[in-house]
Amino acid sequence: MKTTLSILALALLAASSKAAGPQTVHLLNVSYDPTRELYQDVNKAFAADWKKKTGQDVEIEQSHGGSGKQARAVIDGLQADVVTLGLAYDIDAIVDNAHLIDPGWQKRLPDNSTPYTSTIVFLVRKGNPKGIHDWPDIVRKGVSVITANPKTSGGARWSYLAAWGYAWNKYGHNEQKAREFIAALYHNVPVLDSGARGSTTTFAQRGIGDVLLSWENEAYLSLKEFGADNFEIVNPSSSILAEPPVAVVDKVAARHGTSQVAEAYLKYLYTEAGQEIAARNFYRPRLASVREKYKNKFPNIKLFTLGEVAGNWKEVQQKHFADHGLFDQLYKPE
Amino acid sequence: MFRTRQHSVVPGFGLALGYTITYLSLIVLIPLAALVVKGTSQSWAHFADAAFDPRTMAAWRLTFATALIASLINAVFGLIVAWALARYNFPGRRLLDALIDVPFALPTAVSGIALTAIYSQNGWVGRFLEPLGIKAAFSPMGIVIALTFIGLPFIVRSVQPAIEDLDPAVEEAAVLLGATRLQTLRRVILPALQPALVAGFVTAFARALGEYGSVIFISGNMPMKTEIASLLIVTHLEQYDYTGAAAIALLMLVSSFVLLFLVNAGQWLSVRKRQGRMA
Repeated sequence: MKTTLSILALALLAASSKAAGPQTVHLLNVSYDPTRELYQDVNKAFAADWKKKTGQDVEIEQSHGGSGKQARAVIDGLQADVVTLGLAYDIDAIVDNAHLIDPGWQKRLPDNSTPYTSTIVFLVRKGNPKGIHDWPDIVRKGVSVITANPKTSGGARWSYLAAWGYAWNKYGHNEQKAREFIAALYHNVPVLDSGARGSTTTFAQRGIGDVLLSWENEAYLSLKEFGADNFEIVNPSSSILAEPPVAVVDKVAARHGTSQVAEAYLKYLYTEAGQEIAARNFYRPRLASVREKYKNKFPNIKLFTLGEVAGNWKEVQQKHFADHGLFDQLYKPE
Repeated sequence: MFRTRQHSVVPGFGLALGYTITYLSLIVLIPLAALVVKGTSQSWAHFADAAFDPRTMAAWRLTFATALIASLINAVFGLIVAWALARYNFPGRRLLDALIDVPFALPTAVSGIALTAIYSQNGWVGRFLEPLGIKAAFSPMGIVIALTFIGLPFIVRSVQPAIEDLDPAVEEAAVLLGATRLQTLRRVILPALQPALVAGFVTAFARALGEYGSVIFISGNMPMKTEIASLLIVTHLEQYDYTGAAAIALLMLVSSFVLLFLVNAGQWLSVRKRQGRMA
């Protein structure tokens, strides 16, 4: 009886402290499409960890959408404490257009502020009827390739750059040859969806195309969702190291008084626990110990960085994806 | 109609007008003004580059052509649907009547995905079209299908009340005076329905010009081939090119405005003509 009472009292105390809890902090994490499941897990784990360390409750809300669209929402005033987007260019856009983030953001956290990485792989139909094993196979005549429009989709920009990087390395940095390779590739694309998720639907549910260029994590999700007996993943000989970065939105966090917890939230992604969660959600972990543990899950693909094959994002955007850039020229009428 | 306007017996004109202006400003005028400011605060060269380069021109042609075809299809079949709903009583009429509004209520992305699922090469309808060499989804035809879908209620809801108001006695009179069925339709019924039909046609057309959600899923979005104007707005935004996006949006706004203006002017003229004839 006594114990029941004391438990009841404790519970009441806990409840009242919770009810009284102005110390509950709220964070808004504005992210891109494929990270929904990842951050659901991260948020739960981080909230428990933060509570243990500081006694403070933290509630994290997530917002997902196309990476560029999310960046625009933050520029236009969405009160994000942290952003976790698909490519650094979108965070740079927040820096340039709204001045909400310190221009040196990418140096503030380890590994270019990208706690996890991914890459671009091929998803093909079961049995690989078209015999697709590497990049040269997808520019062959008669192979139909599904990828999204790199001008409207962050993920599709990584796909484009993966193909570009392969050709760039293969042809000894010969730009003309790389352009021809890209032209042949996009010649094989019958549908350009506006987002990466749209491409996955076109390929998996509409039955269009022989191969889908996909984020590695999305490819695994597709297998899980649409069945491993319908599709298989093909790893090309080399691909791009896709680095989806994270940053604290300094000015918003300062206004909310959440700078500290926001910083801790992002740093948590680098801890062993955070890296485990990333790996379980098919993102490649940075931490060697976790990478070792999941090495069967992430096959060894030779990964090149964006800088090695195309320069920084500003240059890449200007040269490839801006109006009249290389991508637009592919579709110029003769 | 011809009486000069008098003071209403109900007071509150000032209040109602003030409310109307405030409300319209907040919801319509201020956002549109922002668009105009953004669209015009750029050099002509940049504006023209965004609004008139070959790829955008191809999108304009496609957008206008598909919107026109879809609205014409709806004008014909929507009229028939409205006629059936207004004139006949049959089991399930109310249900059918309610169904007409579904395109209004459904999120456009949902309609787009549903239509794509049905008309793509492995879909319920698409699989029968494929052997005939007809590619419904991921082609301009797909865009027309989506625009027809979203435009249907505009025509039906505009024409249906006009048909209900039509006095069957007038038709009977026409028949008694010796008119054939075709003559009754052409000389009696259609002229009476014309204003409502035109109004429905134009609102459907204007709506189709700006449609985005349902089209992007079914169109395939191939540059120069199946890319609509509103997708290009999004494409510019995706590159943080706000002014380029505003340039295209401004042109869309102007064309919709011109359309609506023409229709209203036309309506006004035809009403005057008819009243003149009657007087």
